[in-house]
Formats: sequence, C-alpha cells, structure tokens
Amino acid sequence: MSSAASRQFASARFREERTVDWLELEQRILEIERGRARTLSDEDLLELPVLYRAALSSLSVARETSLDADLVAYLEALCARAYFVLYGVQPPLRRRIAAFFLSGWPLAMRSIARETLIAVLMMALGAVAAYCLVASDPSWYHSIVPEGLAGGRGPQSSAAELRQGLYDGGGSGLLGAFATYLFTHNAQISLMCFALGFAFGVPTLLLLVYNGCILGAFMAVFASKGLALPLSAWLAIHGTTELFAIAIAGAAGIRIGMALAFPGKLSRTAATAKAGRTAAFAMIGVVLMLAVAGVLEGVGRQVITSDVIRVAIGGTALLGWLAYFYLIPVRGEALDG
Amino acid sequence: MAEVRTASGKGHDQDRNRRTFVTPEGVDLKLDIATVGERIGAFMMDLVLIVLTLVLFTIALLFILAGTGAVLAQALIMVWLLGFFALRNGYFAAFELGPRAATPGKRLMKMRVVSRDGARLRGHQIVARNAMRELELFLPLSFLGYQSAQGMASFATGLFGLLWTGIFAFFPFFNRDRLRVGDLIAGTWVVRMPRRTLSNSVAARVVSEEARYSFSDAQLSVYGEFELQKLEEVLRRNDEYSMIVVARTIRERLGMEDDGGGDHAFLEAYYTALCQRLERGMLFGKRKKDKYQR
Repeated sequence: MSSAASRQFASARFREERTVDWLELEQRILEIERGRARTLSDEDLLELPVLYRAALSSLSVARETSLDADLVAYLEALCARAYFVLYGVQPPLRRRIAAFFLSGWPLAMRSIARETLIAVLMMALGAVAAYCLVASDPSWYHSIVPEGLAGGRGPQSSAAELRQGLYDGGGSGLLGAFATYLFTHNAQISLMCFALGFAFGVPTLLLLVYNGCILGAFMAVFASKGLALPLSAWLAIHGTTELFAIAIAGAAGIRIGMALAFPGKLSRTAATAKAGRTAAFAMIGVVLMLAVAGVLEGVGRQVITSDVIRVAIGGTALLGWLAYFYLIPVRGEALDG
Repeated sequence: MAEVRTASGKGHDQDRNRRTFVTPEGVDLKLDIATVGERIGAFMMDLVLIVLTLVLFTIALLFILAGTGAVLAQALIMVWLLGFFALRNGYFAAFELGPRAATPGKRLMKMRVVSRDGARLRGHQIVARNAMRELELFLPLSFLGYQSAQGMASFATGLFGLLWTGIFAFFPFFNRDRLRVGDLIAGTWVVRMPRRTLSNSVAARVVSEEARYSFSDAQLSVYGEFELQKLEEVLRRNDEYSMIVVARTIRERLGMEDDGGGDHAFLEAYYTALCQRLERGMLFGKRKKDKYQR
C-alpha cells in the first residue's frame, strides 16, 4: 500500500518536500513587505534568491505535474510577490536624491530644451499681444485680467496707487503664510499645466499664452503711468524663477502631448511612457523651483524695496538656473528616479 | 527585463485579465490586471482616508490655535497650506514609493502598482502617474463646481466641460489594460497581488477511504481537468447542498448506485482517483482539458 500510495501521490510528495521552503520564503517576503528588512540577518537575505528560484522552479513543476489548482495559485501568488521584492530593490534614498540633482534634473531639462523655448515664446507672444491690445484700448484690461488677480489695480488707478502697490510690501505681517499660499497655488497651476498636456498639448499652449497675456496687460497699464521699470523689478525678483518654472511645466506637458500625437517609430504607449519619464523629472524640478519662487515673492519682495537689488536677485536666480540646467557638465548616466 | 504579452484567446473573465509576464528566469508569472471596479473601490477608500486626515489635521490645528492665541497664527496657516498641498499631491505617491507600491486602499483591495516593462518601479513613474490625477480628478471636479456655482445660464458650458474632462476620468474603461491616463504616461499598470495561504490538498487526506470505492478506467475517463478543478472547489467549500448535487450528477454519469457511504467520502475518493489518473497522463504529455475532449 505504501509503495502504491507513494507512486500514486507523486505530486503530494513533491509538495510535502518543498512546503517548508515555500513557507520560509513567504515569511521573509512578508517581513520585507512590512518594511522590516533590517530584522533579517545577512544569511537570510543571501538565501532569499535561492528560495525564490526554488519556488519558481516548483511553480514550473507544479504546472506540469499537478492538477491541484489551489497549489498552483498559491505558488503563482508567492512567486509574483517574491519577484517584486527581489527585483524591486531600490537604491538608498540619499543616492537617488543625489542622482536627481547631479544628473536626472539637468539631463531632463536639456532633453526638453526645445519645448521650453516654445513655451517661453508662447508666453512672450501672449504678453506682446496683450500689451498692444491694452495699450491701444485700456478697456481690454478687464477682459484679460480676472477681478481677483487685479486686486483693484487697473487702468483707472492713479500712478501713486500703483506705485504704492509695488513698494507697499503687502502691509500685513503674514509674509510666511503669503509665501506658502503663493507656492501651493502656483504649484497646483503648474501641475495642471503639465497634466493638460495629455490633450495633445493644446490646453497647455493656451494656458501659457493666457499667462503671458496677464503679464502683458499689467505691463501696459503700469507703462502708461511711467512705471514700467519699477514693475519689471517687482516682477523680476521672483518672476524669473516662477515664470521659468511655469514655462518648464508647460514644456513637460507639450512633450507628453507631442509624444501622444506623433509617437514616431515607437508604439504610442512606449512613446508616452518615455516622454512621461523626462516630464516627471522636469515636474519634480518645477515644484522645487516654485518653492524657491514662493520664498522670493512672499518674503524677498516684501522686505526688499530697492529696484536695483530686486533686479539683481532676479537676474542672479535666472542665470543660476540657466547655468545649472544647460551649462554645467553632467555625466550622461541613465535617468534614474 | 521581464517580457509582457497579452494572453491570447478569449476565455472567460479571468483569462481576459490575465497577462503573460515572463521573469528573467524564464517563468511566466501570469499576472492579473485589476478590474476597474476594484480600482474605483480602492480609490474611494483612499479618498475617504484623505478627507478624514484633512479634517482631523484641521481640527488639531484649530485646537492649537485656540490654545495659543494669535501668536502662532501665521505658522499654523503655513502648516495647514503645506499640509493640504502635501496631502493632495503626495498621499498617493508617498505610499506607492513604499515596498508594497500600494496605497492603503489598494492594499486592502490586494493590488499593487507595477512597472509595465517588469523593471523596478522608479520614483519618476510614481510622480508622473499621480501628477495626472490633476487632470483625471480635479479638473472634472472643478467643472462640477463651476456648473453649480454658475446656475443654469452656463449649464451648457459646465456640461461640455464635464464631458470633455470625463474622457480623461473614464479612460480606464476604454482600454484593455485598464490604464489610467497616469498609468499610460508613467508606463505602469495596477495588478492583483493576492496573499494566499497554502491550504491542504483535497486528495491527500483520503488515502484510507480509497478502499471503499474503486473506479474503472471507463469511469475515470469521463471527466477532464476542468471538471476536476471544479470538484476541488466544491470539496474546499465543503458546502453540503452543492456536494449532494455534484455527487448525484457524478454518480449518474458513472452509472453508480448511492451506497450510503456519504457524498463527501465519495467525492474525495473520486477526486483522488481522477487526479491520480490525469496527473499520470500529464507526465506522458497527455492532457484532457475537459469532458468534451476525446
């Protein structure tokens, strides 16, 4: 009976002999999934690939020799979990952050340089158009600049009122909160600008042009009162960083929209995934830039009221970004997040 | 790294969601794509969690404000704004960057995010797939808000906006792999990752029972693998009523009388004998898929 039973139950014996290893693997995988990889000893970790391969080979054998659906399903689930634990190992966070600043970000920026140029041109186009419109007929101002953003400033304001707006410093003492609000607001807008790129980039382009329009309309009103230079200084201190960041967000969106519309030799999904990689790097950078801009705008601009220093700070920031993105030598490593 | 192909052929639901996923070792892991329903369920749970956290966070800050007066007001506003921003944009990403690559909602629904090429899931992928929520979730919401704020006059505008943004929100319904817009951009997909426990084999327990029943070759060649696995399910469920029905069907088919030995014992014995026979056939490359195969 026993020899007959063992012959009959080849698959049962196969299972009995290996169950210990499977359970062992499952236990270790669970520890790692719970984020307690440290509790495993070096030996345990070194044995992990062995156990994983053993389970994989058990799976292959079980599929070919066993009709126990439960067993096969168990092994499939176990192997899949083990696969993602073993092949999903991330390098340490510190190294990933270093890699982002040393190569990932600048390389992504270089890769979307052409789109960035287009985005900047779009904003410039909007600015020039709105400037000409408002300069020729000030009533355009109200159809371009929304009420909330205008804050009571407009063609009807006197030069003194406008000047006060530029140097007043916001009056209230809530500089920090103001800076934070500006940062979160702008970051949300730029994320939207990026996400809209998925609609073949068209809404992104429109948003960029519109952003430029608001800028141009303001400029026209202030210029008509002889305040063009102070306004430029007022804008420059944070605007060089902020507008640049928005242009980059737009560029990232355009890159995605273009990949979707014209995938080239790649399949459409592969092309968008590839574009998404570059765009995601750029977008992490955009959020960081906007945080810097928020501090410059919320605190720097309110505290510093000298035009020269404002322009100097803004210009330095812009040169700094340009040098970092396009000039410093970067090792051509693979982009890695 | 790992190769991914769609399982060919149109089977029932299970097979349609199954994807070939070959590891570098050359074994196909056969991953299951999560269904839209599961993903909506997970998302709803996450949404509830986010809102709950936000409410608690706000209440906590209000308490601090009440305790300290206006001294810390500015700092508290900053904390709240940053907290809201981090929660709205960072909740999903923070959890998906962890070792399980799943938010609490996804974890409850037994799913995880996986890179479509089988390589490890990178940070930029998670950023990309979650930045797109802006388009999928917040844009339709803003149109909804716009419509209710403007009243009937711009009903058409709101409706048009909603329809347009709906295309992005309902993207997973329109493709086979149930990809969100964010998944498409990031090169990821969401798969089922169940945690199974190994239960005892149905056959192993019944060696002693076998003597009572003996099945002829003809009786054992009636059914195939499909029926065997259905029988396994019935035995695992151990539901008396369905066992009575199944046992009667099988007895009729085999032409056997009910010997009063109990349906469970009979089914186990038949399962064991059939399993043995089919597994032996497998060793020689002879497989019988179901009862229709000759």
